[in-house]
This record gives sequence, C-alpha cells and structure tokens, in this order.
Amino acid sequence: MIEEGLKNELQKQGVYVTTLEDLYNWGRANSVWPLTFGLACCAIEMMAASMARFDLARFGAEVFRPSPRQADLMIVAGTVTKKMAPLVVRIYNQMPEPKYVIAMGACAISGGPFKQGYNVLKGVDRYLPVDVAIPGCPPRPEALIHAIMTLQEKILNQKLTGPDRPRHLNADVPGEFPVPVYGKHDLEPSKNPAVWQPPVIQR
Amino acid sequence: METLEQIQTRLAAAVPSAKVEILANDCAAGERSLLVDAANGFAVAKFLRDDAQLLLDYCSNVTGIDWPDKEITEKIKVKQTVDGVEKEVEEVKKTLRPGYLEVVYHLYSMTLKHGPIVLRLRTGNRADQTHLPSLTPLWRGAEFQEREVYDLYGVLFDGHPDLRRILMWDEFEGFPMRRDYLAPDDFEYEPTPHDEVLEAAKKHYPTEVKA
Amino acid sequence: MNTFAPQAAKSFAVKPKLDPSGEELGELLEVSMGPHHPSTHGVFRMDVVLDGEKVVKLKPVFGYLHRNHEKIGENISYLASMPYTDRLDYFCSMTNNWAYALTVEKLAGLAVPERAEYIRVIMAELTRLQNHTCLIGFFVQDMGALGTPMMYAFREREKILDLFEEVSGARMMCNYMRFGGVRVDVNDEWIAKTKKVVADYSKFLDEFGTFLTENEIVLARTQFVGVLPKDLAINASITGPMLRAAGVNYDLRKVDKYGIYSRFNFQVPLGEHGDIYDRYMIRVLEMRESIKILDQALRDIPAGPVMDPKAKLRGFRPKAGEVYGRVEGPKGELGFYLISDGSPNPYRYRVRPPSFINLTILEDMCLGHNISDAVVILGSVDIVLGEVDR
Repeated sequence: MIEEGLKNELQKQGVYVTTLEDLYNWGRANSVWPLTFGLACCAIEMMAASMARFDLARFGAEVFRPSPRQADLMIVAGTVTKKMAPLVVRIYNQMPEPKYVIAMGACAISGGPFKQGYNVLKGVDRYLPVDVAIPGCPPRPEALIHAIMTLQEKILNQKLTGPDRPRHLNADVPGEFPVPVYGKHDLEPSKNPAVWQPPVIQR
Repeated sequence: METLEQIQTRLAAAVPSAKVEILANDCAAGERSLLVDAANGFAVAKFLRDDAQLLLDYCSNVTGIDWPDKEITEKIKVKQTVDGVEKEVEEVKKTLRPGYLEVVYHLYSMTLKHGPIVLRLRTGNRADQTHLPSLTPLWRGAEFQEREVYDLYGVLFDGHPDLRRILMWDEFEGFPMRRDYLAPDDFEYEPTPHDEVLEAAKKHYPTEVKA
Repeated sequence: MNTFAPQAAKSFAVKPKLDPSGEELGELLEVSMGPHHPSTHGVFRMDVVLDGEKVVKLKPVFGYLHRNHEKIGENISYLASMPYTDRLDYFCSMTNNWAYALTVEKLAGLAVPERAEYIRVIMAELTRLQNHTCLIGFFVQDMGALGTPMMYAFREREKILDLFEEVSGARMMCNYMRFGGVRVDVNDEWIAKTKKVVADYSKFLDEFGTFLTENEIVLARTQFVGVLPKDLAINASITGPMLRAAGVNYDLRKVDKYGIYSRFNFQVPLGEHGDIYDRYMIRVLEMRESIKILDQALRDIPAGPVMDPKAKLRGFRPKAGEVYGRVEGPKGELGFYLISDGSPNPYRYRVRPPSFINLTILEDMCLGHNISDAVVILGSVDIVLGEVDR
C-alpha cells in the first residue's frame, strides 16, 4: 500500500499511482447502467430522476437499458406481485455478473401499504439479494440519487480477494436464483430460504 | 327521465314473465335499483337498451358483491299462557337468510344524456347455482368487467365470449374477493404484530426470547 | 417435484396459417410482448399472433399489478382508503381523491364550501395538464423519439408538481381531498405562483405544437391508424379523450355538472376520425381548455373556509345505502361504487377504472396493422397499470 503523502507528491508531478483493486472498482462504480424495471408508481419517480431536473446521468447511470443482458443494476421500483415475481427472478437471472439490486419504495422492501394482499409479494428480497433499500412511498428522486451513491460507495469498498470478495469473482456463490412457479393459492416456494430467513424477534 | 315505477309498468308489458322489483336506498343521494330474476335478465336488459325513451347504450360499471349466509335475529312478541295467565312474552326468533352473489350494472345513456338505471341480478346460492346471463352481447364494455367478477367472485356468465381469469394467474384456485376467502399465510416477518396478525405470526417465529 | 426447474419458454410459438378450406398457407408467429418492455406503460402484456408483421389476433393480459385495493377498502375505514386512491392512477392523484370524496359526500349528504370547490377544480385541471403532457411525451417515445420529448414534458410537469408539493406535502401521492372539503387551505402566494405557471403553459404548448403537430413522422404514423368507430366506442363503454376523439360529445363535466363546473366557460373538443392523431389533438386541445378553466377559477376564487364545519371525520359512520359517484378524470370516467351498512368500514368498495375498460377494444383497433403500430395504439389509449389492475 502507498501512503497518502507520497501519493499527493507524485500527483503534483503528474504521476498517478493506485492499486488494481481501486482502479477496477472505480471503473465499475462510475458506470452503473440500470435496467428499466419500473413496476408501479415508483417508476414515475425513477423516470423523473433520470430527467433533466434530477439528472441521474451525471452519476454514471447514463442509459437505462431495456434489455437485461446489457444492464448492471436492477432498480425494482414498485409493488412486486406474486403474478409478476417469477418474471422478476427470471430477468435477474438473465443479467450478467456483476449485478446489483436496489429495492425502491416501501412495496419492494416489504410489501408496503399493500401488505395485506393475497397477490402481493411481501418484499422482493424473498427471492433476490438486495443491495440497497430506499424507503418512501414514493421516495423522492433525490433519495434514488442517494441510493445510487450508496451503491457506488459499496462497490468502491469491495475487496477483490479474500472470503468476502464479490459474487462474480466467487465461484461458490450462485449468481442465478431458482424461479418460483404459480401454485394453487400462492407461489411455490413462497420464499427462497437461501436468500431470506425471517429474522428472530427479541421481545 | 321517467321514474322507476313507470319503467316497471312498461317492462311488465314488454317482458311479461320478468319479475322486477324496486329496491329502496335510504342514504342521502342514492339511486334505487331494479332487481330482476336471472332467467329474464337478458330480455329486460335488451329492452332497457333498445327502448326509444330510455336508450341506455352505455354500461358504465359492473360490480360483483358477495352476500354470505346471514343469521337474522328478531325479537317478536308471542302470546303464551304462563301459570294460567295469558301474557305477552318476547321470544327471540332466528332465521337464516341464505347467501347469494349479486352483480350490479350501472346503465347510462350517452345519446340522451340521462341515467343511471341500476340493474341487479342475483344468483341462487354461493355454492352450485352461480350461473347468470352475460350481458356482454348487449354491451361490449361489460366483457372485461364480467371476467373480473368471475375471477374474483366465481359467478359464471352464460353467453360470455371468453370467460377466463383476468387478474389472477390461470392456475389459481379459489375466488379471492369472497368474504370467506383465507389468504395464504406468508406473514412470516412482522415487526410489531397485534390482534389476528400476532396469532398468525406466532406460528412462524422460530425462537422468541422474552426480554 | 422439482419446483425449481425452469419452465418451457412460452414466448415464441409457431402456428400454421390456414385458409378457409383448411389448407396450410404459411406460418403464424405468436409473440408475447411481455410485461417487461421498453415502453413506459407498466407491467402490461399482449399476446399477439402475427402473420409476417400484421397483427391477426391480440389478447391483452394484465393482473401483474393486482394489489387488491378493493379488498383492502373493505377492511379499513372510509378515510383510511383515501391514500390508497392516490395509488390507483398514480399520475392523477388529485382527481382520484376528488372522485372518492365526491362519492362519500353523496353517501353521507355532506356539503362542500365554495372555496374548497374552487380549489378542487384548480387541482383537477392542473392534474389534467400534467397528465396530458406526460402522455404526449410517452406517446412520442413509443413512436421512436427516445427520451427527448419526455425531457420537455417532465420539465413542465415538475413545475406543477412543485405546486402540489407546496400545498399537500407530496409530489405525487397528495392525499389532499377530504370528505366535505380539502385538507389545508392555499394562500395568496400559491395562487400567484399558479397563475404564473398557467401563463407560461400556453407558451410551452405552442413550442410542443411546432415540433409535433405538423411533424411528418407523427402524421404518417398516426393518421388513419387505430380507428375507433363511434358506435363501437359507445357500446364498449369507452370514456374520456378516446371517446371524444371518436366524435361522441360526452364529457362528465358538462353532463353531470359535478362540483361547480357549470360556472366555467369552456368547450369540449371533438374528433372526427377516431384515429390516433385525433386522440393526440384532442388532448392538446383539452389542455388549452384546461388553461381557460384555470384562468377563470384563479380569478374568481372566493375567501372562506375549506372544510364543511358539520363534517366529522372521527367515528364516521354513514347511513346504510349505496351510491355511485363519478368524475371526468384525465383518462376517462373514474367512478366509485360504495355500499355502506352503517359500520365504519364500507361493505363493498368498488372502483370503476377507465383504463381497464378502455382496453376492451384494443384488439379491434390493432387488427390488420403492423406490430409497431400496435405499440403506438396502446400508447394512445393512455393506460396506467395501477388503475387497470387496482
């Protein structure tokens, strides 16, 4: 590792020194391309965040790709219903690694105001690993920008070797998740135990 | 527009076999409705649509309603002999009003700009006699709405061109909007449950440490 | 049973194309334009059967956003349903709120003070402006102009959302109307700001008009495409700008005269051919009429209270009965059908969604056209999935 003083001295002379890890993470963090995955009302705030007033393109989210094969980030904006859940998982599987998920809005985090629903999935994190969650109903476009910045920080701080290396460099952790099937009253299975366990409540 | 009584008399002349009843509606600005028996529902609706004075060509809203079996308790006074003296005693009489499913049509006229006429059709019961005539051949706008009533309540419409589920997935079984539908139990995590959600949540929490 | 096995792809299926005597002529392709697509309308799916590029059969499939709003409405009180009505047609939360408040006021016999009626009209017409603006942005994007018209549309929309946020606290889900009036009053500063926004809007409409109204591509792709004849429109219960583009003069603001609309001087634009271009022009003309109404309302708004003093919101139990109330939303007739049995919760809470019913004739309009036209036709129907699926 190079200490900060030496780095600054060299920088003044026009020589930039960094580690491969920092360079790699910097490139990835500043060019996250989201997938257009708006489901409900939060999608409108996501669109407003990409428009001229709250420009999301200045953070690297330059183009919203419609095809999952070309996107890095899936912003699940809106209520995920049980009818839609297998499709969400299937589209996630089609995204190439490294991929991230932002759960935008109360509905994507936990079902939101529609939690008492026979058709509402109580949170997209039952089937997919979520990296950043944005509360709000709907969250303001500034909140989405904050979430993208949080994701960028997370990417910048990732270590590329060692036991907590990211998923795309770790062959043991699966990157594709099983797709649920429509059952008679509910999805089968109703949650993916490898991804989500109900937390233990201490009362 | 003419009153419901005038429409009833003209219906009695046009469709003699129909049993048309006018139902009251006590709230502030409510409209009274016409209750028609299921067998003549189609003929009555056709009359309402084609009659020159009414011309109800716009079916605005099709709603399904579930009325489960209801026990009505009434207190009635009965004369009884008690200890040789004839007295009036209050007795509690319980009657069971059988349940049914109901479909309500709100009809307006775009040509004559009047309305609404509220038309109601009721099924026999909630179990096996759930057939009603479909009014889609008369008003195309009822197509998707009748499919929704079938999907969520289970009313089978005879004569509907394409009766299948519309909002739930095809493999789904059951009729979710009925009053006795039990939603699947997937509330495994609740931060602050109470009442019936607490009962349901207790089945799921693996270990609870009472602080 | 291995429930984790991948399902066979149902999206591309090839069927034989038969002539009337049963002989095979070629192949038909069945495509599922699935719930996730680049168009901005939400999770809406169309099962299309194609002969080359021409549409032979089209079945819309929805329910991917069915959040059982009506069942929730039966389990909570009348007032608690008001925030849920915001999320029905998530562009137009103010008109949804007004439709629900109007229905409950009809049910319980509540009166609304003058100032509140004027405020309601102002909010509804502002909602209509921003909805039609966004629609034009999406509609032109569906034709291929990716991104740029939407930028202009959203720029104007942000000005109106700032007004909403100042008065109700939220940009989109305003939750502003109450039974018997509105939640908070507006002050003179807000009225002055609104007057300025409305004055600038005509200039924006002129700007948009020069780009789009006589644009060759728009004309070539929208004239005589997706024609909806008048009789079919009435029979299929179509309402809103689609109906008026087909030539039927039925606008609830003039027919029912709810609120104080009878005091305003405005016209109802009517189309002639019922094609996509007519629907686009109807919406532009409606925006100009809305600006007229807004000018009159902002000029004449009186002082006074904004809530009915006799309306009590705690322990609200209307008498048993039923009522159907409707307003002219930007997408069509939005109606609420409430059945009360005297308890604090409604017995049956039904929403009459305009987008759901306007989709009935999507197949009829698309038959014989190319699949790329089907996308533009869908854009002109102006659906919002929150309302279609509830």
